[in-house]
Amino acid sequence: MLMRSHVRERIVSELRLEERMRIEQVVLPHVDAAFNLAHWLVRGRADAEEIAQEALMRASRLRGFQGESPRAWVLQIVRNACYTWLEKNRPMELNIEFDEELHMQVSATPETLAIVGDGRGRLILALETLPPRLREALVLRELEGCSYKEIAAITSIPVGAIMTSLSRARRYLHSVLANSSQGACP
Amino acid sequence: MRCDFADSLLQGYFDGELSNRSAVEFERHLQHCVHCGSELVDLGLLRDTLHLAQLYEPASGSLRRKIGARLHATEPTIAPTKPFHWHWVAAAATLLFMVIVVWRLSPALHSDDYQAELAGEIVDAHVRSLQPDHTNGIASNDVSVVKTWLDGRAGFGVPVHNFANDGFALQGGRVDVIEGRAVAVLVYERNLHPINVFIWRSREPDTSLRTGSRQGFQWVDWRNSKMEFCAVSDAGLLDLEQLHKLIDSSG
Repeated sequence: MLMRSHVRERIVSELRLEERMRIEQVVLPHVDAAFNLAHWLVRGRADAEEIAQEALMRASRLRGFQGESPRAWVLQIVRNACYTWLEKNRPMELNIEFDEELHMQVSATPETLAIVGDGRGRLILALETLPPRLREALVLRELEGCSYKEIAAITSIPVGAIMTSLSRARRYLHSVLANSSQGACP
Repeated sequence: MRCDFADSLLQGYFDGELSNRSAVEFERHLQHCVHCGSELVDLGLLRDTLHLAQLYEPASGSLRRKIGARLHATEPTIAPTKPFHWHWVAAAATLLFMVIVVWRLSPALHSDDYQAELAGEIVDAHVRSLQPDHTNGIASNDVSVVKTWLDGRAGFGVPVHNFANDGFALQGGRVDVIEGRAVAVLVYERNLHPINVFIWRSREPDTSLRTGSRQGFQWVDWRNSKMEFCAVSDAGLLDLEQLHKLIDSSG
């Protein structure tokens, strides 16, 4: 019986070590990535901080990571938390169909351009006006540097559809920038 | 006008996601597709602009500290379950073992409870036997017929007697299951009151008569010659005691 107790103690201690390592190696290195994705998906610092924090705590409790990319696993949890939050707080946003021309009209009016000012402001506005599914593809690819495979794992969307999303998002951003530069320098 | 490849191969090529073979093929396509060539330049410009704009939003120092503190404060998921104390289990098992040994060695300690439980089961069986459609036995006042029928089913030599001359007329016999074992039952009648005498083999020492009542039925129980007898009836206790004496004296 003493032997069994000893064995159990050892297993518990090994599990603690494993859990600590999982937190150190899998979760903590991706705090920035978690916050960045949450920030661009919910578009609000306070909400993003709260969502990222809770999602990372959740990731630390889960033992399910078996994939190739810890970052993709953590971001998948963050992304799901963001969509849950959006469904609860801004459900309309998830249902809006992306219409490139309509979006162009809204984001490139002289008033808007005056408010957002410089090129960076315009870029942020353009990015924020993209539907979440296009925005996340662009953020994950351009800002986070994820591979298509990682994006597919995070979003559960096939690679073909991700390429289409990237193409539409990039074309839209390019048009906004082109239009705004025309507006800024008539 | 956009090329058909603009939404697929062009993006893959730009992002370095195409296989070598596909990339070579697409480069061949680029040599004569102005649209893709031009869009590739735009994509490069956009990427540069995005990078220059520094849109990446890193976690603030306070968020990082908060998460770090919470993660390090989190006990491993195994921790909430308190360490399993095997020595307590061992102690409990030993105690249980001793209780069982004492229980088995001293029937007097538990005989009351046991007897009450057993009597309850026998009275239930008696009540079932009173139901009109209860036909799991043999109806006969012929001792040898009843004995032959019972011995084969109960698996032991059942002492069958007809005490009709003493007012206990044999009506027949049947086999019931009490505590998971087959029990022979002799059915007598005393002044129109049916009496069931349950008989089974026992390894326990002989006992004198024990009596009790349950659900309005009287029962008497005794052990004799490696057999236990339990007679149940709505007849009076005196009748059952008399039947006990008759059975005991008949051997």
